[in-house]
Amino acid sequence: MTVDAVVVGSGPGGSTAAEILTRAGWSVTIVEKGRNRLLDTSDPGMLGTDFSNDELKFVHRHFLGPDPLVEPRTFRSSDADGAHVLVGEVNSIPSTVGGGGVHADGKVPRFREEDFSLLDTFGPVEGADVADWPVDYGELEPFYAEAERLVGVAGDAGANPFAAWRSGPYPMAPGAPMYGALRSSAAAERVGLHPYAAPTAVNSVPYGGRPACNNCGFCAFFGCPIHAKGDPVAMLQRALSSGRAELLPETFACRVVTDGRRATGVEVVASDGTRRTIGAGAVVLAAGAVETPRLLLLSGHDHPLVGRYLMTHYQTIAFGVFAEDLHAERGRAVTHVHDDAVVVDDAARAAAAAAGLPWLRGGMVEHGGTGLVVAEAKRYPRGRRHTKLMASSPMRRHLWALTMQGEDLPQRSNAVDLDPTVRDARGFPVARVTYRPHRHELAASAHHRSRLVRLLEEMGATATGVSTSPAAPGELGWTGPASSAPDSHHVMGTTRMGRDPRHAVVDGFGRLHGLDNVVVADSSVFVTSAGYGPTLTLVALAARAAAALAGAL
Amino acid sequence: VPVWLTDVEYRTLSAACERMIPGGDAPGAVSAGVPDYVDGLLGAFAFDPPRIWAGGAFSGRHGGGGGFGSFTTLGPLEELAWRMRIEGSGGMPEREFNGPVVGWQEQYRRGLAALGEDFADRDVDEQDRRLDADPEFSALLYEHCCEGMYGAPEYGGNRDGAGWAAARFAGDVQPRGWSDDEVAAP
Repeated sequence: MTVDAVVVGSGPGGSTAAEILTRAGWSVTIVEKGRNRLLDTSDPGMLGTDFSNDELKFVHRHFLGPDPLVEPRTFRSSDADGAHVLVGEVNSIPSTVGGGGVHADGKVPRFREEDFSLLDTFGPVEGADVADWPVDYGELEPFYAEAERLVGVAGDAGANPFAAWRSGPYPMAPGAPMYGALRSSAAAERVGLHPYAAPTAVNSVPYGGRPACNNCGFCAFFGCPIHAKGDPVAMLQRALSSGRAELLPETFACRVVTDGRRATGVEVVASDGTRRTIGAGAVVLAAGAVETPRLLLLSGHDHPLVGRYLMTHYQTIAFGVFAEDLHAERGRAVTHVHDDAVVVDDAARAAAAAAGLPWLRGGMVEHGGTGLVVAEAKRYPRGRRHTKLMASSPMRRHLWALTMQGEDLPQRSNAVDLDPTVRDARGFPVARVTYRPHRHELAASAHHRSRLVRLLEEMGATATGVSTSPAAPGELGWTGPASSAPDSHHVMGTTRMGRDPRHAVVDGFGRLHGLDNVVVADSSVFVTSAGYGPTLTLVALAARAAAALAGAL
Repeated sequence: VPVWLTDVEYRTLSAACERMIPGGDAPGAVSAGVPDYVDGLLGAFAFDPPRIWAGGAFSGRHGGGGGFGSFTTLGPLEELAWRMRIEGSGGMPEREFNGPVVGWQEQYRRGLAALGEDFADRDVDEQDRRLDADPEFSALLYEHCCEGMYGAPEYGGNRDGAGWAAARFAGDVQPRGWSDDEVAAP
């Protein structure tokens, strides 16, 4: 059996590609290594009922996968660490139908114009390979607009003074603001910042046949029990409803099969261990920025940059404790953000100069708290202090946090490759992450954290603290080399996009240089990381790549 | 009757759980059913489907059907992972692709034995000394106590929502959710 395209991965990128390709009349088989909890594949109007307000299941028991015992990854900060210093969970994005869209709390900002041309705008940085993208914001804008319609995004055009231009309004108005976010936004304005209602892939009104969000609060890390979230369910529903797509869950793609010049299909392993090859006219890779390069390496694709330039976001988390109950367990996890730290202003230029850098950029700052009561309990000591702390709840009910998703510069030495010894339960070498932040990230974090703390103090914090991910020596949370593994789920950059095959793995439409019927449709193609969550940008790029593949551009 | 532990082990476990989350003004681990949570976790595969993941979409506590009580089925890879985690690899090649795995059952059997059969009869200072002597086991037990105390009652602990009440936490709230006013107002 041969289909027009096999799509590897059912997350936001793969689902988008599947919808665009089926719309163009293509037959598509989507293979997903995780389980299907999202929808009935034979009747895609019927949505799953396995998602729930259950912290044990989603946060402590790996319900969305991957389970690190059977699908581990490994980590090291550099060659000097040896083979690896950590085996287990490293940057794991859900392995389930819907992928990372299922657990995300749905912050879906666009990038800004300059994010696509950092080299041209700001110049090179020693020790990093800053480069311009082969696509600019103007070319991508129509696809951003389409992505917002496909996913269903609620937002307020014009509320963010630093936003890129846009051709139209958001499909929906923002949902209910969280009390804590109203407090932190007011404080942010008093200290001269520009907070705004976060563009969020959560329905504020019925949209796409799914209901409006009812503010249950189990958003980040959870699948939505009422399917109000713009996880890729909408794209999958439309692709499957076309009658031209099939979705194969619990099916692991282990090799892209080629005849030397073109891909001819994908070899897959079913859950019972049987192997077969699905013949295809084209292959779309959307397994995420760790698993996509792993699959290319397992397939013997020999471009020297496959897996290189792995980027994450260097997270700076400033938290404050407040006398008042901020009830962060109600609402969409994060309803307000500010972009001031993305902008290179005089203070950022001075901080860069003091650190011996030509420039530095932070990232979008999310205003939020937590409603994870079991996770809170585990942070406290046992015994009498436990019960006292659970009653006073400084780390949940009285906590508010500002999380900066700091731009992470592309470094050739930060990479995904195949671990030399560790295997998954199917017998394949697992992905190894080698990652160490550039001093740019550390300097940007050091510069911006004092502003975050000042905001929390203005808001009335009685105590404040700062941590980073990855933890760095001397920082809160540092417990040795294994704690320097980044735990951001924002991973990007391992099949870098560019016109010149010597410096890039894929071209401007995601096609592999040298094997152009294989298209990468996830955040692997990112050239730089920006200071924004990658989802909307990868959906826009996937829509554009799929349209090009189908000859519709 | 314990699902997996012996009666003696269950008695030791109960006393140890109470040192992790002692009762007082608020209910402690034992009155909230935390030992049953731990025993149920160790014996999860005595049930079909195994008691690993409660069902959805709603518990029935705030409207909707009571789906949490019907546990979800495990796929082959999920069952392998959870058997490795709970039962250990036991020399089985299909569980030792990255070397042997010591499961929770063995960690509890050893850890509870090391606390001593007389653990429950000792004073709290002596109990704390024995727990401190095995920090690795105490850390595992504490994690599970937190899960049993504040996780959904369908997993065997948090009896009558006692843990949530102590933490002033509403628990699962679907399909009611919160009104826009409840989100935005103090």
